[in-house]
Amino acid sequence: MPKVTIDGITIEVPNGTTILEAARMIGPEVAPPTMCYYSKLKTSGGYCRTCLVKVSQGSEKDPRPMPKPVASCRTQVMDGMVVENNTSAEIQEARAGVVEFLLVNHPLDCPVCDQAGECHLQDLGYEHGKSETRYDFPRREFEKKDIGDKIQLHMNRCILCYRCVKTADQVTDCRVHGVLNRGEVAEISTYIEKSINNDFSGNVIDVCPVGALTDKTFRFQSRVWFTKPVDAHRDCDKCCGHVRLWYKGDDVLRVTARKDQWGEVADHDGKTGWICNTCRFDKKNTSDWVIDGPSQISRHSVISANHYNSLKALKASIDRQKAALPHGEKVTLGHGALDPNNESK
Amino acid sequence: MEKKYQFSPETMAVVQKMISRYPNGKQKSALLPVLHVAQAEFDGWLSSEAMDYVAEVLQITPIEVYEVASFYSMYNLKPVGKCVLEVCRTSSCWLMGSEDIVKHLEKKLGIKDGETTADGQFTIKTVECLGSCGTAPMLQCGSDFYENLTLEKVDRLVENLRNDAERRVYTKDQKVNMD
Amino acid sequence: MGKKLLLEHIDVPGIRTLNVYRQKGGYETLKKALTSMTPDQIVEEVKTSGLRGRGGAGFPTGMKWSFLAKPEGVPRYLVCNADESEPGTFKDRYLMEHIPHILIEGMIVSSFALGANTSYIYIRGEYFYVARILEAAIQEAYDAGLLGKNIMGSGYDLDLYVQVGAGAYICGEETALLESLEGKRGNPRIKPPFPAIAGLYGCPTVVNNVETIAAVVPIVKDGGAAYAQIGIGKSTGTKLISASGHLNKPGVYEIELGLPVEEFIYSEEYCGGIKNGKQLKAVVAGGSSVPILPAHLILKTATGEPRLMSYEGLSEGGFATGTMLGSGGFIAMDEDTSIVKNLWTFSRFYHHESCGQCSPCREGTGWMEKILHKILHGHGTLSDVDLLWDIQSKIEGKTICPLGDAAAWPVASAIRHFRHEFEEYVKAGHSIKDVKHYYRINHLPEPAN
Repeated sequence: MPKVTIDGITIEVPNGTTILEAARMIGPEVAPPTMCYYSKLKTSGGYCRTCLVKVSQGSEKDPRPMPKPVASCRTQVMDGMVVENNTSAEIQEARAGVVEFLLVNHPLDCPVCDQAGECHLQDLGYEHGKSETRYDFPRREFEKKDIGDKIQLHMNRCILCYRCVKTADQVTDCRVHGVLNRGEVAEISTYIEKSINNDFSGNVIDVCPVGALTDKTFRFQSRVWFTKPVDAHRDCDKCCGHVRLWYKGDDVLRVTARKDQWGEVADHDGKTGWICNTCRFDKKNTSDWVIDGPSQISRHSVISANHYNSLKALKASIDRQKAALPHGEKVTLGHGALDPNNESK
Repeated sequence: MEKKYQFSPETMAVVQKMISRYPNGKQKSALLPVLHVAQAEFDGWLSSEAMDYVAEVLQITPIEVYEVASFYSMYNLKPVGKCVLEVCRTSSCWLMGSEDIVKHLEKKLGIKDGETTADGQFTIKTVECLGSCGTAPMLQCGSDFYENLTLEKVDRLVENLRNDAERRVYTKDQKVNMD
Repeated sequence: MGKKLLLEHIDVPGIRTLNVYRQKGGYETLKKALTSMTPDQIVEEVKTSGLRGRGGAGFPTGMKWSFLAKPEGVPRYLVCNADESEPGTFKDRYLMEHIPHILIEGMIVSSFALGANTSYIYIRGEYFYVARILEAAIQEAYDAGLLGKNIMGSGYDLDLYVQVGAGAYICGEETALLESLEGKRGNPRIKPPFPAIAGLYGCPTVVNNVETIAAVVPIVKDGGAAYAQIGIGKSTGTKLISASGHLNKPGVYEIELGLPVEEFIYSEEYCGGIKNGKQLKAVVAGGSSVPILPAHLILKTATGEPRLMSYEGLSEGGFATGTMLGSGGFIAMDEDTSIVKNLWTFSRFYHHESCGQCSPCREGTGWMEKILHKILHGHGTLSDVDLLWDIQSKIEGKTICPLGDAAAWPVASAIRHFRHEFEEYVKAGHSIKDVKHYYRINHLPEPAN
């Protein structure tokens, strides 16, 4: 088994492992960001260039460095390979360059974009982007195309990661959309307005890293950080039936597949947990589902901020009540443990 | 209802021959040449129906055809004039005066780059390097190269083509003699 | 007179036909290869010759051939890259149009050497009429028993087909070419695997340029050692140069590698000097992608030595003061040429030809073109020149295929050697007439005034 060193951390990995997968095995602190690579989709990756890394030693046998940065998602590790990611200033600059390229024609319409809050481009921009643009030309705009009543296509936001194309090829039984035209004006489209509608087509929404493909049935219903994700399942004859329900109050606003730590559709029973359109679009009542419990959300996600906000609100309420009480008396609450100041009670 | 898009038996024989160049099951390889044939056969452009027909002939999905047809610059996805004057505009041709050729054509035909004359005879299209840099400036019409252009030569070419009923296509030589 | 290996018989009337080609010794090399050599011996001769890829990258051909995987029961392919699209390059078209049989003979010899039984010539769609010339020549070869089953009684079978493209510069990149040959969009593949392992239909494949394959004929004819005698150092043999721009005698010339640039430009044997008695200002020596050099650096190296036309000679001094032989597209510009405007035509070209797969190229090429256009028309600022420099540096080396580098290098070199000219545009501005033209041809709304 080859050994690879990434940002000074050495790990032994199975033959054929890519640099990116090896980095993910070490952990998120060394894993390069990805916009197009998707471990659940064959032949994905290589396009966006955000995962570029520097190979400062090719292998034990041939220690020469690679002349150019390589896409870590498509480069396999060799025994004795030394890789620099976060430790290389050159790579950080290259990545900032890629982020700038991805953003020059992006509409930056996050305030009206349903993906905001769970958008990988937002995260990437936050970590590697500049605070202002150097692009002073009109941004690219595409003609609006209607691809059916379930999926909303916003081509202006697309970064051409090809994930949805590969999903349609590998997960659905017939691909009706693809990448048309070329270069700067290349676009995701069905050419003539056909609706993308077959049992598994909704998965293109889950794989889209930006707000180019969103759930029409959830459109403008709520910002994601005001919704509460809950894991649930049902017996489904088409798919695994294990999903995530996004609640606002008692209403299920949206159903998605469950995501793993890398933002990809999580495995279920050893297989990728793609979900069918029936589960996604037609089962929006709590009674359709068996609830498994609250979803695990990374505390770095803006979605989790909502949970902390409720705590903050609770604390504020306690503080207000405290202030209203005569001096010396204590507030007693059923959930007193929630208040960090209440430990002495 | 009679189907509008159908290759003639002779054309179909040509298409079948094209398909036979590739291993079994790799008939998609014939897509580029067959699209050229379709464009020549179906009025110089590829409508979505024409592309659907090509998909059917090659037993591939329509989106595979759209993806390819929209990638390559020689396929017209909108109707064009009978004579598409493709004027090269890249470096060597520009150095030798291709801009003047384009302006002259625009003035002469009363249309702009990318447009078609009202009678449907001419379309002006500026294109990137056609590999005729030593004989610049140049233009291509159908399969034919017209090289070492001068404004007078362009005039003669346009006059010779003006009343020509035949559509210029890539798939055959139809060079106009300008001597 | 320099030695001619490919164009020796270019002026013989009827050389396009099989009969005349054979009268001039054509297909004798094929006979030699099939009757007296093993495939490995041919590969060895090519290695000995020192032949390097003539399409632009200059990779040693013999080495490329020896990388070809040979698993049992899997077909191998030879694909000829006739997608000549690098601005300034038209040598392959000239060769195929006038002596198609030298390419066909080279294809048969090379296919035999590589163990391919089906080979393709992928030619750019705009060269449709050349494809017809090739097809006619291939038919002649089939009729004469030079293609098909049991060629010349040797027991070797080969089918050779011509495939036309449909207008995409990117298909000159070998993996994009293979995609296109498979009937797909010309999107370059992500490497590895390289075509030698998994190429056409996933089978081991060699992709070589037209001129490279044609050069196999004289190499096998006279031996690799004799070929290696021609030229200079690691730049062996002859090279076809496409000369264009402000030259008295533009055209295709076969030179012995190592010819001084000055002789090539000014001697009567070659380009005959600059048109209209003007001074030379700059040269793009190897097709639009290679760095542009000002006259003093193309004629002499930075150390004052005469600059030679060879792989090493043109790259002498690195990118700081040198350039590359590339595809041999030699574009000369006279004293009145606007370097900025010429660069704009290049940048527009790369913007138009980017396949759009990877972000730096898709977004960067358009951005550079727009900034150049802005500078060219008097709306630029000095910081735009720095911005251009920064953008090209963020494209170079970050893309899937070399188109990113090809788009970056002309911009970098023009700024490196002609920065003052960019600054003049910024300071002086330019006539408004051209701006209107630009908006019109690019279908952009015209700004008021």
